[in-house]
Amino acid sequence: MLCDICKKNQATVHLTEIIDDQMTELHLCEECARHKSAAMEQQFGLSDLLAGMADFGKPEQEEENSAAKCPNCNLTYADFKKIGRLGCGDCYNAFRKYLAPLLKRIHGSSQHVGKSPLAKGKDSVKSNRKGTELVNLKAEMQRAIQKENFEEAARLRDQIRAIESKKDKG
Amino acid sequence: MKINDLLNHTSEWLKGTGPNSDIVISSRIRLARNLNKYPFPHWASKEQLEEVLAKVSDAVSRINMLKNSTIFKLAELDTVDKQFLVERHLMSIEHSQKTEYKAVLVDDEEVIAIMVNEEDHLRIQLMQSGFNLFEAKNIINRLDDSLSGLLDYAYLDDFGYLTACPTNTGTGMRGSVMLHLPALVMSRQIERVLAAIAKLSFTTRGLYGEGTQASGNFFQISNQVSLGHGEDEIIENINGLIRQIIEQETQARQILLSKNREVLEDRVNRSLGILKSARIITSQETIELLSMVRLGCDLGMIRDIDRRTVNELFIITQPAHLQKLENKKLSSDERDLKRAQLIRKKLNLMNA
Repeated sequence: MLCDICKKNQATVHLTEIIDDQMTELHLCEECARHKSAAMEQQFGLSDLLAGMADFGKPEQEEENSAAKCPNCNLTYADFKKIGRLGCGDCYNAFRKYLAPLLKRIHGSSQHVGKSPLAKGKDSVKSNRKGTELVNLKAEMQRAIQKENFEEAARLRDQIRAIESKKDKG
Repeated sequence: MKINDLLNHTSEWLKGTGPNSDIVISSRIRLARNLNKYPFPHWASKEQLEEVLAKVSDAVSRINMLKNSTIFKLAELDTVDKQFLVERHLMSIEHSQKTEYKAVLVDDEEVIAIMVNEEDHLRIQLMQSGFNLFEAKNIINRLDDSLSGLLDYAYLDDFGYLTACPTNTGTGMRGSVMLHLPALVMSRQIERVLAAIAKLSFTTRGLYGEGTQASGNFFQISNQVSLGHGEDEIIENINGLIRQIIEQETQARQILLSKNREVLEDRVNRSLGILKSARIITSQETIELLSMVRLGCDLGMIRDIDRRTVNELFIITQPAHLQKLENKKLSSDERDLKRAQLIRKKLNLMNA
């Protein structure tokens, strides 16, 4: 039997496709089958799912959202909604106000807890020691809240405020 | 090292050693990392991809831990070689397509693999045999620290490591454990277990990762959430879940043994019989039969074949491995013949 698509090679893969209650049988060669399955993956990719999730702005906000553009890589928020991938690290700052709620939907949190890169380089958005300390304290506070240990959480909150006000003054 | 050198080597994840290795095949940690300011691979120009590849290649060449490793540029590999690396779990299927300016670094022991310019600039992976996520994390952590001293990672204090897809943001870490769960499948409890796993926001995948079907009773379980929890916490959560699944599989095996011993022995030995005598066999049937044989080894029903041989057969019977062993391109029909021949040779040699 010859492949239904290229009509050249021997068909070795046999597929049953159901579209709107219509069942069709496909007999494909290995090569065409590989193309076919790649096309199917693209149809129901993760990007669609993500793009759908990112699309939660109110209608009047919509235009402003879509026009937002990353100054470093020129990706627009509309691009992100279409492809489900960000363009570069700076996009996270450029689209911060839309991304924070999206990250929260995906992960249940938009605050990183965990390791950070070793400090080096000067023009990078890198954590100074104070920053890391803040992150750790915030994480600890979140954990205390989860455990309903509110006294501990309040103590941590005060500590965080103290550091933040010092930071603001320089 | 050349690609062909890997042929005679047993991948770390197939050694069949390590904690709980009767049920847990391997543990894997991967980190997603990107270079600051450079567009992510899907959005980058050719020049930018080339620069990223050059920067990463330079950095890895300075790292002591990567002294015994080799970088393969994917554009220089043929189709069989690329599939060969995928079959050995050294890179993803996605990475083997559209190969311009992509590379993969593999260390001689096949413990470390780094994909360059996949979905993210770096996908660093660490494999261990058996149930061993913390060990894997400790090693990959040291490697990541060294790399971060040489490369300017895209990172923000509040969002963590920045990745192309927001599902990986934060730690950029995914821990996964490959399990062999034949007894849960046979006793039809697996659906319930998988449903519970999904509810706890973990994902289950097949042998070859994203988008692949579970086959031969193998399941890869990994965390979905990468933001809001620290690395150790994420691993502790996976470990807790895996410990429960191990317990359930152990119980299911015991029940099968005590209530259906003859049926089980029959299936195990029939599977071995087919493998020892088949003349034509597909890779799918091979995986399913080998799964039964492996269970037979784990339960002491088969004594003259060791687990490592069974594990090796899983991989050398895959399409690209067969073609590398034969040193020529084989059609699907030719592979089925060669595969049966190879299995007969390996298994009949054992108890000759």
